[in-house]
Amino acid sequence: MLKNEKLLKFLGKKIVRFIILLIFVILLSFILIDMSPINPVKTYIANLGVVSPEKIAILESYWGVNEPITTKMFNWLANIIHLDFGTSLIYRAPVLDVIKQKFVASLVLMLSSWIFSGVIGFLLGVVAGFKKDTIIDKAIKVYCYILQSAPTFWIALLFLMVFSVYLGWFPTGLGVPVGTLSENVSFWDWLQRLILPMITLSVVGIASITLFTRDKLIDVMNSDYFLFAKARGESGWNLIVRHGIRNVLLPAITLQFLGFSELFGGAVLVEQIFTYPGIGQAAVSAGLRSDVPLLLGIVIFSAIFVYCGNLIADVLYNFVDPRIREGEEDGG
Amino acid sequence: MADKSKDVSSIYSPIAKMNLRTKTLLTIGLTVFILVAVVITSLFINSADITTNFNAMNQAPSFEHLFGTDWMGRDMFTRTMKGLGLSVQIGAGASILSSVIAIILAFVGSINSKLDSFIAWLVDLFLSVPHILLIILISIGLGGGAFGVTMGVALTHWTSLTRILRAEIKQINTSEFVKLSQRFGKSKIWIAKKHILPLVITQIIVGTILIFPHAIMHEASVTFLGFGLSPHEPAIGIILSESMKYLATGNWWLALFPGLALLIIVLLFDIAGENIKKLLDPTSANE
Repeated sequence: MLKNEKLLKFLGKKIVRFIILLIFVILLSFILIDMSPINPVKTYIANLGVVSPEKIAILESYWGVNEPITTKMFNWLANIIHLDFGTSLIYRAPVLDVIKQKFVASLVLMLSSWIFSGVIGFLLGVVAGFKKDTIIDKAIKVYCYILQSAPTFWIALLFLMVFSVYLGWFPTGLGVPVGTLSENVSFWDWLQRLILPMITLSVVGIASITLFTRDKLIDVMNSDYFLFAKARGESGWNLIVRHGIRNVLLPAITLQFLGFSELFGGAVLVEQIFTYPGIGQAAVSAGLRSDVPLLLGIVIFSAIFVYCGNLIADVLYNFVDPRIREGEEDGG
Repeated sequence: MADKSKDVSSIYSPIAKMNLRTKTLLTIGLTVFILVAVVITSLFINSADITTNFNAMNQAPSFEHLFGTDWMGRDMFTRTMKGLGLSVQIGAGASILSSVIAIILAFVGSINSKLDSFIAWLVDLFLSVPHILLIILISIGLGGGAFGVTMGVALTHWTSLTRILRAEIKQINTSEFVKLSQRFGKSKIWIAKKHILPLVITQIIVGTILIFPHAIMHEASVTFLGFGLSPHEPAIGIILSESMKYLATGNWWLALFPGLALLIIVLLFDIAGENIKKLLDPTSANE
């Protein structure tokens, strides 16, 4: 079968699967929110001040508080199909607009730290694997084990304390100043606010990719072809680059794509501490202040984000690696 | 039978291997001792003991107050210990519940292929939303508090163990002794009890212990964000989120020590888990 045709079929299947999954994610989160003691009318009123009982009745019918869950759910689902996610209660703007704006800010943060941690983590892993059982390897391993056990938000707190409070390199209130539109913030201001959260998120993300790369490289170094290359007289970095990295790179990139979920989780915590105006911070305030439409919207978009990572990883694994492609044809 | 195999191993295994075993046992003993000590200490700390003392506000660490004091003069060491105990308890509840879910789902999946693909799909469903967001959602749905977080963590951490058990059970089901028992007309429950459970019990024990670190960390994170335990509890997440307000004034000890203590607890669980795995599943020790 032609490769492109196969790829399209694969993608189509995956997308259908995802749509079904997404519907269930929506149902699940809707049921959870409905179970909770959150009352959207109360939240709405809390932001308005004194409201007459007649107004409350109107609002209740507007939000459909007294309708059964199935009606509420179908109304909401029908709106989502028309890309109407409702209005955010705390931002007073359409949910889709809020998410668009916040997600772009978060994507910059997440992707930059994703690339940074991927590159550094991979290099550290290669060094550790190459220098197996030396001091360097042990140091890298200890570093990774400690970071894996460290709570992300604690690392972020320490970084904030050291770099912003003591060294004064970065502003302490790292978010965009209240009342300022994101367009009015100069590029330098914005970059200054991005660097520390990005470094924090990278430092936390390095551990898993480093340990994975190290183990894979050690596997490769124990293989017969590696031994043969050595016997031919190759040695040092040349040997690692030609026979090691080539075999380790693709699985490492695949793993990095599978880490989108953890990346998002890390971003939620890091954004909260550095008050970076991204999707994670929006999710937390939506949860704390009972902004149901925004919270549900963010859940949907985070699921899409995670799924994109998994899909790319799947494609890399199934279509880019020549060994797996051949293996599939062998097996029929 | 058992004695014989013991003899063989003691004759043929090199001294290095015996040392590894002793070392492993020692490590497990030590980590478990520290963890138990932390929990017992925290149980003896009465919440009333953490009194406010406005004569000793914002003191830096000293011998009297190892971790310093906060803005209400409370001893941070006592608060941290109490918080760690709470974390371990919630972690224990969540991990055990998670494992129970994983075991049930894995066995349900082994009944037939339709149920099996349903379980696989369920794993996908729970992995499709970032963990922290899902814990927040569940926590909100169940009304927050200790119950909300514990359930939130428990309902999100069963996926990896379910995957492992599913693969393991599938493999056992294709083995000859299971096929033989089936021919003899043994029921599925009998096979599950006599053939499968003894072979996966190691995975279950190790899996449960290895869920602990994740559970503790996620509980602390969610509490830190304000969705978990109430602000009156001396949880690590609460202590750290309070410390944020005092960072700018230079009270570094408020954030450093409680977080470090949590890190050590998480690390200890990891070490204990890995070593118990080595002990129960000797083939993994060579990895």
